[in-house]
Amino acid sequence: MTATTQANPAAASHVRAVRTGRIIVWSAAAIIAFCLMFAPFLFPDVRAQQVAARICVFIVLAASYDLLIGYTGIVSFAHTMFFGFGAYGAAMALKSMGAGFDAIFLGGAAGVALAALLAVAIGVLSLRVKAIFFAMVTLAAASVMMVLASQLSDFTGGEDGIVYSAPKLFSPATKLLTDDNGKVLKILGVSMNGKVAAYYFVFLSCLLLFYALVRIVRSPLGTVLEAIRENELRAEAIGYRVVAYRTAVFVIAAIIAAIAGVIWAVWLKYTGPESTLSFAIMIDILLMVVIGGMGTMVGAVLGVVIMTLAQFYLKDVMAAAAEATSGLPLVPHLVDPDRWLLWLGILFILLVYFFPAGIAGTLMKKGGH
Amino acid sequence: MTASDVFNRFGGVNLLPVILMILALPLIGSVSSWVTLTVAGLAMGMMIFLMASGLSLVFGLMDVLNFGHSAFISFGAFIAASVLAALAAWVSADSVILNALALFAAIAAASLFGLLAGWFFERVIVQPVYRDHLRQILITIGALIVAEQLILAIWGGAPIAVARPSFLEGSVIIGDVAIETYRIFACLLGLAVFVALSLVLNRTRIGLLIRAGVENREMVEALGFRIDRIFVGVFMAGSALAAMGGAMWAGYQGLISGALGGEMMILVFIVVIIGGLGSIEGSLLGALLVGLLGNYVAFLFPKLSLASNMLLMMAVLLWRPWGLRPAVKL
Repeated sequence: MTATTQANPAAASHVRAVRTGRIIVWSAAAIIAFCLMFAPFLFPDVRAQQVAARICVFIVLAASYDLLIGYTGIVSFAHTMFFGFGAYGAAMALKSMGAGFDAIFLGGAAGVALAALLAVAIGVLSLRVKAIFFAMVTLAAASVMMVLASQLSDFTGGEDGIVYSAPKLFSPATKLLTDDNGKVLKILGVSMNGKVAAYYFVFLSCLLLFYALVRIVRSPLGTVLEAIRENELRAEAIGYRVVAYRTAVFVIAAIIAAIAGVIWAVWLKYTGPESTLSFAIMIDILLMVVIGGMGTMVGAVLGVVIMTLAQFYLKDVMAAAAEATSGLPLVPHLVDPDRWLLWLGILFILLVYFFPAGIAGTLMKKGGH
Repeated sequence: MTASDVFNRFGGVNLLPVILMILALPLIGSVSSWVTLTVAGLAMGMMIFLMASGLSLVFGLMDVLNFGHSAFISFGAFIAASVLAALAAWVSADSVILNALALFAAIAAASLFGLLAGWFFERVIVQPVYRDHLRQILITIGALIVAEQLILAIWGGAPIAVARPSFLEGSVIIGDVAIETYRIFACLLGLAVFVALSLVLNRTRIGLLIRAGVENREMVEALGFRIDRIFVGVFMAGSALAAMGGAMWAGYQGLISGALGGEMMILVFIVVIIGGLGSIEGSLLGALLVGLLGNYVAFLFPKLSLASNMLLMMAVLLWRPWGLRPAVKL
């Protein structure tokens, strides 16, 4: 082994480049995991915790989308629809049954079951045709659901959405740990109240779901999915029933997205079309997965963090730019903070052209084939 | 002779819009509202047909599905609105000629923009990703994001009122039925475009090549024709038609916002799926079904209007997975 490496210095440098790339990706992932695990202690203010919880939930959402688009080559635009099913299920139950874990469980289970059922229907109906057809069908289905959610206001609260309270354990007034005087115990200056419990509920459930996804991808099922993505006809010829596998993975992704929706609903204590179902979120997920790197799982983590941070910091930069160019025609409108998606869109197009493997994919396979 | 034989003898799937109209009459009850709704449905269908035909042909010819198609619809609508606003004096003038000139200028500007933008879009965005569906979807979605943001940057987020030429205002009254003039105009324009497209496709040499290319691209290429050049032309024409449809839609709605393209895109996709990819006749059939059903359901069960199109699509897919009149099978 050593002899061949020495004989071929180009191959050796390639191996080294790949190794460097892997180290960069994995250490970035490790830093993110560390930050998320200790987020309540590292970033104590409310806004940062909101961002951390959003990152957790969206990592699961983006990773389950990666299972579809990256591993199986299915382009679906209905992912937020399933996310919304879970969220609305939990929200309606919490609203009507009162704040309790039984409501979360029952409502969440109903939402997840409905998501799975609809995923089976859509999958059986349209996964036997080409990717592009499926993309159109899911887009139509998702937009109809969005309209239904905002029109059936008796059930869903319409455009205003549903406001409810989470179980008592998660309310800021709950004392998790008390000191000798019966007051809330502070660790590293952070009071151990229900907010911390809520965050760790989000973090741990998301960690569990992400672990499940990684296991699915590493399992024999994951290998079959990659085979289907690479060469559908050949996979069919070897004896794998492509439609069955595709439908199965679509259902799995839908279920995980719905569970992520339940978690998001419990954390946010609000569920509305804009926070769960909107096409903007679907675009966000798509950008996250593609920017991070399709078919890598760890890419989803990087993509979510980069997009979420960009959403906050790019706006600041653009506000400054708009200020500086305020005398020119049209230019200030183009660099207006509300137009951050414009620049992200351009970046996205360039990325799909030049680095279709995304950040994680490009770094881990540095040097090319 | 079985029922399906009779059905096929009298036109097969082409009868569906007629059957739908006949079924709707007893449900609605009053003849005058039925006529109004039918004309509205036909007008809406014709406008959607304008938007959908290009998408369908582009897909049929080159296996390219352009998710950014709705950008042309939005741009067409906004450009037409701007032109009509700039020619406000002509629009409100008492002379039919000036009115018609203003309308013509608006539609021509939108279509011209569609042609040029279609050329740019095909060369810069679509060409590098031929035959790669995943990247096609991603890149055209990216282009859609950029285009929507550009519209927001140029025209702002607030809805814009569209001036309608005064000779198209008002209604034609026959008995106790009032029909909006604009709807008749939309029907006529759509019909004219359909006839023109059919003639070009069925009676000219270039149309023959396009149809042959839809059927079997490799064979046409092997015979020595540059199908990629034809494709650029089809793409440009399709984009121009989308922009024209957007312009017509802007006049129909009277008030347009940046969300217009996205809303229409859903209908266009449903139409293309129902009609079958790659065929003009399929697009027309699907568009008429969607327009009619949308209007009837909006009158009978207002809350179901968008869901009705979804149900229609599901039903058609169960019955004919390739659409009603596909030119290509996926």
